[in-house]
Formats: sequence, structure tokens, C-alpha cells
Amino acid sequence: MSDWQLDVDVRGLLCPLPIFKTDQALAGLPVGGRARILATDPGIAHDLPAWCQINGHAMVSLVNKGRLWTAIVEKGT
Amino acid sequence: MVAATGMNDAMEEKPDRIRALGLLSGGLDSTLAARLLLEQGIDVACVNFHTGFCIQSHTGAIRNPKPGAPPPRHDALHAAKNLGVKLHMVDISADYVRIVTDPKHGYGKHLNPCLDCKIFMVAKAWEMAKQLGYHFIFTGEVLGQRPMSQRRDTFPVIDREAGVKGWLLRPLTALRMPETEPEQRGWVDRNRLEGFSGRGRKPQMALAEKLGITDYPSPAGGCCFLTDENYARKLRDLWNFRNTREYTIEDILLLKAGRHLRPAPHFKLMIGRDQSENLFLSGFRQGRVMIRTKNTAGPLTLMEGDTTAPEDRLLACRIAARYSKGKDQGKVVMTIDSDGFSETLEVTPLPAHELMDHWHV
Repeated sequence: MSDWQLDVDVRGLLCPLPIFKTDQALAGLPVGGRARILATDPGIAHDLPAWCQINGHAMVSLVNKGRLWTAIVEKGT
Repeated sequence: MVAATGMNDAMEEKPDRIRALGLLSGGLDSTLAARLLLEQGIDVACVNFHTGFCIQSHTGAIRNPKPGAPPPRHDALHAAKNLGVKLHMVDISADYVRIVTDPKHGYGKHLNPCLDCKIFMVAKAWEMAKQLGYHFIFTGEVLGQRPMSQRRDTFPVIDREAGVKGWLLRPLTALRMPETEPEQRGWVDRNRLEGFSGRGRKPQMALAEKLGITDYPSPAGGCCFLTDENYARKLRDLWNFRNTREYTIEDILLLKAGRHLRPAPHFKLMIGRDQSENLFLSGFRQGRVMIRTKNTAGPLTLMEGDTTAPEDRLLACRIAARYSKGKDQGKVVMTIDSDGFSETLEVTPLPAHELMDHWHV
């Protein structure tokens, strides 16, 4: 069983669109809800943690395999 | 909470907490401007606008990374994180089309409508400030730094046409400008602002050092593809051959990747230069013809425009084969995907002398 409630597939999109899409997707989650983000823009490795920090979300994990980044983000207050 | 002042006579003269909204690119100037106001105890938040033309290391994100190169990053996000301020990221790309296609104040050296762009962004930021309850807005502009938008005669144009006269503070160059409302009302201490001017960066770098700001992007790079000669040429080509100055977000993204060749007025080729560009281009195959080598390493090529004529497809395949590992072979097998159909074609790679210079966009 997966520990996220929402998949956000932003593969093929360039900065800052992965962040915009993630922001929009998280709006539909309750506080504490988790989303899995799939991205191919290497900028996600820096941008997603920074965006989480600014907006009070928790960066649960970020894994890179080749050109794919998989992140789990938990929505904050 | 009372809405932002400037437009609201009922606003008290000295609110308990002064709130300011800044335009943040993430470069040194806008970072310093925000920091100067934070140092005065002002509650600062920032906004960053996405036009579709922001460079933000897109080339680095599309192409294979150079060994040891740091990952690309969104400068405004990181500046906001380091400043410890809220950042509103706003997508204005749809509204921005009219700024690019029909700028009232014209273009700069290439297709950069800098003055119209600044007016548009300042007006948007002021609109947001009013909605969100910020008292004034600020930018990192410096008098004389940019030839089109940061001049003594254009600052008043920006303020007037954006409808923000008196409520736009430029902390880095304030001492060379008339006092703004926030200064006159005592919300901002003018004596703690700067009077920078000109294109030099040394005063800003010295101030950054004094404030302990060390993590900022190199000032050398531009922030907008429209100031880039090669990019502007590709956009002009698109407009010329479509006979309209419109564009889609897909169009402007595709102009950032690959070699662009126009062998005939009615079609264009976009040829990936490495594996990452191939992957990027493949995401845009819908509505276009996708050409790949079958048995040898080679680029992914997109064909766009009127792509139906067999002789045009043959030429496109021969050009694509020219950029493959099989360019010196007699024959290369190509795969053509279009509208859900796939076919193969054996072609002779186009010899160098038949690849016309004027095809390169």
C-alpha cells in the first residue's frame, strides 16, 4: 500500500511548472496529506525542498534515478 | 485588515505593521532591495512572475548536465528561502502574449519588450498588493542599469502607466529619486536606503558582503530568453512563416531546445542534440511528425508545419540521418511516427554540401 494519496506527474515539464503543478495539486489535499511527485527537470532537486520550506510543507523523501526524480511531500498548515 | 493604502483614504497613517510586496527575480538587486526593507523591520513578501520566457537554467535542465555542474535552480525560490520571506509564484504567461506580440513601447535590441514588461509586472504586483493587504510595492531596480527600463525618464512612465505613482519604492536607488509615499509617511527610513546608479555591480556586491549575503546568482546572465539573439531569431522565424505574431506555450518551450532548421517555408525541423534533448522533444510529438533512427544512434527529430508531402518527409529523414552516427553510411533506416501511424524509410544521409546554411534558423 502506498503512503501517499496523490500522484503529481510533472515529467517533461521545466521549472517552474513542476512547482506550479505541485502547488495546485496540494491545494486539494488535507493538512498532513501526502503527494508523490515524479519529475524529470533536475532543478526539482533544489527547488522542491526550497518551496516546501517557504510554504511550510515537509519534504519526506527525494530519490533520483537517472533523469527521474521521485519526491514525497507532506502538506503543512 | 484594511486593504493596502495608496488607494484607500480610510487607511490609518501609521499601521502597526508595515507590509511590502516586492518583485523578486532572485538576482542580487531584488534580493538586496528586500533585505534593506527587512532590516527596517518591514514585513516583506515577494512575488515572482512566470512569463514562459524566464531562463532559469532551462537550457541546463533540457540538455545533458555538464560533469560536476550544479543542478539548475529557480533563483527567486532560493532567494526567498534565504531571505525567509513568503514568495507568491504567479503564472502570467497567457496574459503576457500581448506584451510580447504588441508592445506599446517597442522592443529592445532583440524581441525584449522590457518597458512594457516592467509596467505589466508592476501593475500586476500592485493589484496583488491591494488584494492581499500590502501597503506598498518595491523592486530592485537601479537607475541607469538597464538601457530600456531602468532610466530616469522611464521610471516615471512605469509608475504612471502601472497606476502605482508614489507607491513603488526602489530601495537601491531611492536616494536619487523623489520621495515615495512610504518614505513621506515615515514607514520607511529613507536614510537607510541606497543611491546606487549605473551598470556597475561593485556597490551592490559590497552591500551584499556587508549584509552577509553570499548565495546569489552571477550577475552576468540575462533572465529572459527574449534578450537572446538566437532565441529571438527563432521566434521571428516562427512568426514570419505562420504569418501571425501569436504563439503558444508549447511553441516558446520548443524554441529553447534542439537545432532548428527550415529547409522549406512550409515546414521546420527540431533536432535533438543529446539524449536529454531527445527526451524533451519527444514530449511534444503530438501533432507533429517524429523521426528517429532505427538501428543506429541518432537524434530525435520533430517535423512541424505542413508535413504531408512524401518528398518533404524524405528530405527531413535525410537531414535527421545526417546528424546520426550513421551519417557516413550508405543507408540509414529511419522510423517516422505521425498521428498514431508508424512507418520506416531507408534513406541516404544528406551529404554536408547539400545541407544549406540558410536552413539553420
